[in-house]
Amino acid sequence: MKFLDEFRDAAVVRPLVEQIRETITHPWTIMEVCGGQTHTIVRYGLDELLPREVTLVHGPGCPVCVTPIEMIDLAIELSKRAGLILCSFGDMLRVPGSTYDLFDARAVGADVRVVYSPLDALDLARREPSREVVFFAVGFETTAPTTAMAVHQAARLKIPNFSVIVAHVRVPPAIEAILSSDDNRVQGFLAAGHVCTVMGIDEYRPLVEKFKVPIIVTGFEPVDLLQGVAMCVAQLEQGRAEVENQYARAVRNEGNIIARDLMAEVFALVDRRWRGLDTLPKSAMALSDRYAAYDAIRRFGLTQAPANEPIECRAGEVLRGLLKPTQCPAFGSSCTPDHPLGAPMVSAEGACAAYFCAGRLAAVSATEAK
Amino acid sequence: MLGHGSGGRLTAELVSKVFLPALSNPLLDRLNDSAEVKVGPSRVVFTTDSFVVNPLRFPGGDIGSLAVNGTVNDLAVVGGQPIGLSAAFILEEGFPIAELKAIVQSMRTAAERAGVAVIAADTKVVEHGKADGLFITTSGIGVVAGSIELGPERIQVGDAVLVSGPIGDHGIAVMSAREGLEFQTTIVSDSAPLNGLVSQMLEGGGTIRCMRDPTRGGVATVINELAKSSGVEIVIEEMAVPVRHGVRAACEILGLDPLYVACEGRLVAIVHGADADRALAAMRDHPLGSDSCRIGTVTRSGAHRVLLRTAFGTTRLLDVLAGAQLPRIC
Repeated sequence: MKFLDEFRDAAVVRPLVEQIRETITHPWTIMEVCGGQTHTIVRYGLDELLPREVTLVHGPGCPVCVTPIEMIDLAIELSKRAGLILCSFGDMLRVPGSTYDLFDARAVGADVRVVYSPLDALDLARREPSREVVFFAVGFETTAPTTAMAVHQAARLKIPNFSVIVAHVRVPPAIEAILSSDDNRVQGFLAAGHVCTVMGIDEYRPLVEKFKVPIIVTGFEPVDLLQGVAMCVAQLEQGRAEVENQYARAVRNEGNIIARDLMAEVFALVDRRWRGLDTLPKSAMALSDRYAAYDAIRRFGLTQAPANEPIECRAGEVLRGLLKPTQCPAFGSSCTPDHPLGAPMVSAEGACAAYFCAGRLAAVSATEAK
Repeated sequence: MLGHGSGGRLTAELVSKVFLPALSNPLLDRLNDSAEVKVGPSRVVFTTDSFVVNPLRFPGGDIGSLAVNGTVNDLAVVGGQPIGLSAAFILEEGFPIAELKAIVQSMRTAAERAGVAVIAADTKVVEHGKADGLFITTSGIGVVAGSIELGPERIQVGDAVLVSGPIGDHGIAVMSAREGLEFQTTIVSDSAPLNGLVSQMLEGGGTIRCMRDPTRGGVATVINELAKSSGVEIVIEEMAVPVRHGVRAACEILGLDPLYVACEGRLVAIVHGADADRALAAMRDHPLGSDSCRIGTVTRSGAHRVLLRTAFGTTRLLDVLAGAQLPRIC
């Protein structure tokens, strides 16, 4: 398939691995930010190909994984209202709230639907004018523009029965939080390419200057990831710390101006608690005052009740790259994709699920040994 | 929950914790596609299946042809030639008669193609809102020729794993029709009766150990079932698995793995390693098997697992999913 096969070509992958082998003289710890990248690494066994000096740790870029439990509780609470339709992306439905998940809510009668785009939820609202339709909007800057467009359209077309719970978050504050923590061991980042197709790459420059770590904007195919690692290793070996763009076929320096402008109009930046990373300043999006009428939390007078993560779940450490999924005592025993304790075990993009479902043999043997 | 009907681990859990404890008997406990009973000198196979597909019509078929082919195939993969089907219809009040006529006609056409007839039927109508238009349950009986011996317990180290054509067409065709997804080419369901193909394989295909039709849960799930019930390790070569361009594209867009997407007119066969080419030749000689190929090997005993070897020579576990595949977020 065009634009895919060439980036999964073993004949291109092998020389890249060789190149990394030849360049590397020190051990380096590199974090791939996005869950989609983690998925590719595990699915293709890329970390098995890399020299042992490279340690890849998996970052917080799995949208369902970092959505705080109290927001999931809010969505579940809302879904129980008579006549209301709650829509979200498929992954989100299986993430456990404090007591259960949205699939459970659906099984006992809530009208919970999977959509592929927030615009589908808006269409639903137009087709069902007598019912309230709420879109539970999760994701990073990649999916935020589609939510912005849905809200913008709802306002333009004056659709009164559509609203959103905005749980969108931003990547740079998460990278900053990881780099600022005392126990950080990440020396270079592969930034999430799709986030940068929207946001561009300039917002990573201050991070590079402040923390002196290379950040490589990287794609999602095996060749992309190995090229990203090669570029990162080259910088680390040469003592450089710059923003470089491996994913130039999709990412322009300025990003997608139309999408950014729309996001700036519809959203305001707010502080939010992340699963595993505590409250990060200006790390999240909420509807701007102009669009506040479409805020489901406000419309239905919801209040967020504090909720606790299961004590056994060490997703926070996994999301900060301090712990490999297999090092968590619950991995594969009390926490499996069938009965997840934490969100990283749910989504295909979650590091724990990626290890469990497509797990390398080492990971499998570790579980069997438990 | 819906996931209990996905064909994945939740379905297996429901079967093992609810149905088997109550209904257990040596025939059911085998969890084969069809159960075999001796009636006098004859080996009779019997199976049943419900169809709740949404939408009722999709490129390449409809709920009627699917209900016939699905049951014919469950008989075929255990070596049975179908001798009769039953069909039970649950209709939602208000369902248009014209549409029902078209679906029943499609059942007839599918049955004729498979060389079988619907010889018993039942109809129930439920109130509006109590069913989604139309549900069909078909059952089938078939006979197995005396010399045919198939079953996962026959699988041995060194056997070859074959698939009769590109995978995932049905699942993606239905999903595209349901969600209104449009691609450059229309993806057409592979729904078809496999009894003709199976006959040809059993006649000229050498030593066939066992067969399955990879419906719910797809190829990955049935190969896992075979590995688990026969206690072997199976290695699948990712690059050898045939997937049509359009199906691959749709799976890329939706974040799905074609190995878990349903087929309704394909079979997975495990054959004696030395007979792999012979079996493939027999399969390719039939129109429904013209794109058959070898996708893997039974590598050792006592392991109960399936591994996938990637294009880069790395190996990973190919497990069963918990529930249905969920489209990913971005």
